[in-house]
Parts: sequence; C-alpha cells; structure tokens
Amino acid sequence: MRPPRLVLAKPGLDGHDRGIKVIAMALRDAGAEVIYLGLRVTPAQIAAATAAEDADAVGISVLSGAHLPIAEQVLAALRAAGLQAPLAVGGTISPPDAQALRRIGVAGVFPVGTALPAVVRGMLRLARPEAAAL
Amino acid sequence: MTTPPGGDQPAVTTDSGIPVAPVYTAADVADGPEALAKRLGRPGQPPFTRGPYASMYRGQLWTMRQFAGYGSAEETNARFRFLLEQGQTALSVAFDLPTQLGYDSGHEMARGEVGRVGVAIDTADDMADLFTGLPLYKLSVNFTINATAPVILATFLVAAERQGVQPDQLTGTLQNDILKEFLARKAYVFPPGPSMRLTADVVEYASGALPRFNPISVTGYHAREAGCTAVQELGLTMASAIAYCGELTGRGLAFDRFAPRLSFHFATTLDLFEEVAKLRAARRLWHRIATERFGATEPASARLRFFSGNSGTTMTAQQPLNNVIRSTIQCLGAVLGGAQSIHVMGYDEAFELPSEEAVTLSLRTQQVIALETGVTRTADPLGGSFFIEHLTDEIEARASDVMREIEDLGGAVSALEQGVPQRWITEAAYRAEQRLASGETPKVGVNVHVTEDDDRQAEFFQPDPGIEERQAERTRRRRAARDSSACSQALRRLEHDTAGGANVMPALVVAARAGATVGEMSDVFRHAFGEFREPSPW
Repeated sequence: MRPPRLVLAKPGLDGHDRGIKVIAMALRDAGAEVIYLGLRVTPAQIAAATAAEDADAVGISVLSGAHLPIAEQVLAALRAAGLQAPLAVGGTISPPDAQALRRIGVAGVFPVGTALPAVVRGMLRLARPEAAAL
Repeated sequence: MTTPPGGDQPAVTTDSGIPVAPVYTAADVADGPEALAKRLGRPGQPPFTRGPYASMYRGQLWTMRQFAGYGSAEETNARFRFLLEQGQTALSVAFDLPTQLGYDSGHEMARGEVGRVGVAIDTADDMADLFTGLPLYKLSVNFTINATAPVILATFLVAAERQGVQPDQLTGTLQNDILKEFLARKAYVFPPGPSMRLTADVVEYASGALPRFNPISVTGYHAREAGCTAVQELGLTMASAIAYCGELTGRGLAFDRFAPRLSFHFATTLDLFEEVAKLRAARRLWHRIATERFGATEPASARLRFFSGNSGTTMTAQQPLNNVIRSTIQCLGAVLGGAQSIHVMGYDEAFELPSEEAVTLSLRTQQVIALETGVTRTADPLGGSFFIEHLTDEIEARASDVMREIEDLGGAVSALEQGVPQRWITEAAYRAEQRLASGETPKVGVNVHVTEDDDRQAEFFQPDPGIEERQAERTRRRRAARDSSACSQALRRLEHDTAGGANVMPALVVAARAGATVGEMSDVFRHAFGEFREPSPW
C-alpha cells in the first residue's frame, strides 16, 4: 500500500506559515507524502493539485480569522472538480466557528493550541480512515 | 532536582542553547573590570550597551504603544481614542491583509480578509478618517506596513496635510522592512531587488522631508516568532540592517544622513535574562557595525533605539489568563533591556484580535511596571551582573557568527534568495514543537499542570460581516467623485518615475492626493516589477 498522500496549503492572504510547515515536517516523519503548495494559493489551485497528486486529504491553515469564507470556497472548488478528499482546517478557530466549519462539511478542525501529535494523528486518519491505528 | 555526582544530566542552557553555569563570578566576565567598562560605556555613551540615553526612563518613560486596528477607519479611530483615554502615549496601526498587499477592498483577492487583522485603507480619504480628531502634529504613529509602505506613507502625508500638519512635524515609525517579509512574516509582493529599492526610496525621501520620523524599523521579531533563536534573531536583524545601509550608501547617501533615524524591533520572550542580554548586545553590535563598517561619525548614527513586541507564540489557548503573567514578564524584560517603545500582547492573542478588555489589561501591565515597581529609577539596572555580562558577551559573539554565515552566502538578500535562513527558522520551529510535544520544554496548562475542563473564557472578536461590501462601496463612490484626469495623470507620472528609477515618493504623494487608491498605486509597481513567489521550502 502506498503511503498516505496529503496536500497542504495556505489559501487567502495570511502569511503565518510556521504551523503548517511544522505539521508538514511532522507528517513526513510519520511516513506520509506531503505536497505543500505554499502561500496565497487559490481554491482552484488547491483542487487542481489535489487531483493531479491523487491526494487522500487536504489541509489548509488560515490564521487571519478568515477560515469560514475560505473553507467554503475550497470545499466548493474540490466538489466542482468531483474530488472526495476530505478537508481539514487549522487556525485561530473559536468553538462556535469549529462547529460552523463541521456543518459546511469540513472533516477535521484543528484550532490553535491543538498538540502536534493530535494534528498528525487526525490528518492520517482523514487520509486513511481504514487504518485508524496509524 | 539534584545532580548526582558524575551523573549525565542534560546540559542546562538558555533558550538559544548557550550553556548556563550554576553560578557566575567575576572570573566569568572576560578580560577583567577595565575591559568590561570599555565594553559597557555609560548610558547614552558609546558603545551604548547600557542604553541609548543618559537618563533613560528618569528622563522619559518608554512609549506605550498597543498595536490596534480592525474593520473600517471609523472603528479603528474609536479604538485609538479609547486607548488614548486609557493613558496610552502613542498609536500603532494594524492594517488588514489586502492593504498590506496592495489590493483594494473590492478586489477578488481581498474576499474574506477586509478589516479582519487590521484596518482597511483604500485611499488617502480613509487615512484622513482614521486620524479624525487625533492631532498628528503631536501624536507619534507606528505603521506596521512593508511591501506597500511607500504607498501607505503617501496616504499618511496627505492625511497630515489635510490637518495642516507639515511633514517635518511628523513623528512615528514606518516598519518598511521588506527583508523580514521574505524571511518570516511573508507579506511580500514584489521580488527582493525592486523591494529593496522601494524601501530605500522611503528612507532616502524621509532623510530630507521627514527629519523626526523613523522611516524603517529593522525587525528580528518575526523571524523569532516564526521559530528562530534569540541569537539568530539578532544576527539576522543586523544582517538586514547592513543590507539596507549598503543599498543607501550605494546610492551615494551619506551614512550619517540617514542612520540616526533607523530604528529596530526585537521580540522579548520568556527567557528573561537571555532577552535582556540580547537587547544589550544588540546596542553594542550596532555601534560596532555603524562605526567600523559604515564609518559613522555622529554618535546618533551608532545609537540603537528599539521597539519591543511581546511574543505571541508564547501565548497559549489553554488557560488563557496565564498569558497575563507571561506578558508581564516579557514587558519587564523589554524595560530591563532598555526599550524605547513597547507593545504588550493581549491574553486572548492565541484566539483572535484583542478584545477591549484584553488590550486595556495590556496597557495596564505597562503602566503598573512603569509606575509601581521602581524599575525605572536607574539605567540598566542589571548591568554589571556577572551572569548578564557573560550572556551579553556570548550573544554578541554568537550573533556575529550568524552575521558571518549570512555574509558568506553573499549578504542578507542573497541568503534569503537561496532560502537558507528560512530553513534555519523552519527547522528551529520544528525542534521547538517536538520539545513541547515530548514535554522537554514545560508549558504550563499545555503539557504540565493541565486542567481537563479547560473552558476557554476568552471573548471572541467577530468582525462586522458587512464591512467588506461597505468599504468596497465607499471606495467605488470616492473613485467616481475624484478628478479622473488628474488622477490618471498622477498615476502616469508614477509609472514614469518607477520605470525611470527616480525616487517614487514624490509621485506617490501626488497620486494619493489626487485620490488614487492603494490598489491602483500598488498595481503600478506590480506591472513594473512583477510578483514574487516563494521557492519551495524543501
């Protein structure tokens, strides 16, 4: 079985990339293949990369507070491209916003303060629901 | 914890890895008391280790400057007035991301981001609204703006003009440090070369027109927040300062003409003594660079003044009230390090923009330290401590090594084009996170003394959902009302000066006065310079 493949990206204009880079490194160390698209990527670019890389899950990080409108746009782009890969969102997300994200179809929510191992476990579970033991 | 005889305890070090002994004595201060006296000088005297001014806080307290901005110009104006009523002594503007990146509020790229992390400014009219009733002839204003710094400065000069304030009366600081955007903060727009030109255009222009204004704040803060150590922070900051000064002297500008108005910006985190030592070492290092490398003849050219921001990354979402204590210690560190201006982080920083309650408490933290603790009574109160002097020497030496590494890569611009310091920062951030996950670095409420029912009481900032449409509409209206031929003519002059290599500031001021938007002025630079895309970090 090939290793889990994850597309990570920072959509929107926010440049705080410490968190997503640390998560990318931790996921690699956990055996995943990580495709990090970088800053200010558009929802269409995320969908295109998810298709091209045949990714199992997508993770985005937004620390400007714009996570709700941005997650909506990314989900719409993934669906428009006919992709099933689940979307996870990290950022300065309040408990009510975490609920709102789940309601619109975000599969994983990682607010600031989530421990790194918990993010890694959560992302791997999204990528391989059948291998929850990972 | 006791160390067993011959036991192999892990080395005790500062946060940046400098070994720390159980106790320090006179023998740990290199070369004896006379050499130390030379390394220190007196406060206000070269090499300024003990502070930039002779009387330090007895003469003048540091400037209490809470970073603020959200929503529209009116909302931010109200927050500014509130802070001034609470005893804040100067202003510091946070801009939203579209403004920082040169997009008007109606632009497709601005969707969802308008007014969110700062105030939305599209025109000089917005800037004038931001300062309604706030007298710019006496209020010092800090602007955290970089890629679009020349554009925002132009709108500010027009806003001041409308208050009848002359440019030579203006005080404050424009961050205008583009190199750290590529390194860490990541709000860059144009490639490094043209970005350096814009930064230098601002400094050159200010050296004539704005004699009381700091046109740049060379910043290590963001690299630190992105993960690097105190030593790397200092080395990277000085490497950037060298690059800017080289760019300016390369234009034929005399070092002493612009250097007295350079300012600096450092983080102050929780390793109290290392932070104080870093700030002292920064002053000594800058004195050496200014005199030895750039031949400073004016003492003020070699006298480092700095703003300190508390570290947001030390704040935790868990048990958020603990952040009040963290902020207090960091503010104290900045004061003991001799800061000219301080921002104290809100305890709700890990969640959102600070609430009114959090920002008031941050200001009160500064006021309590200033007025109740007595730490302001004498300059450099930790000077002469065996440990502090040893650490100051160590940090200066290690930061000099970092500077040499950058130099070997061809200087700050070349090093970041190769992605080298970015990798240092990312790797250090990963190691820090691993130490946190393993418990090696204790963090109260996170990996030690954790409470199970940690109900997060912080109040969440919710921007007004109508701001985006309202602000876009206001800008549309203002564009419709301006003299369009005067505005196009001003933008053509800006294109001409940009292409011809003239200083862009005079044309920007004319364009801002004619009602050109931040997006339109930034687009002139986008077309001329193109946009930068970061190379892959791996």
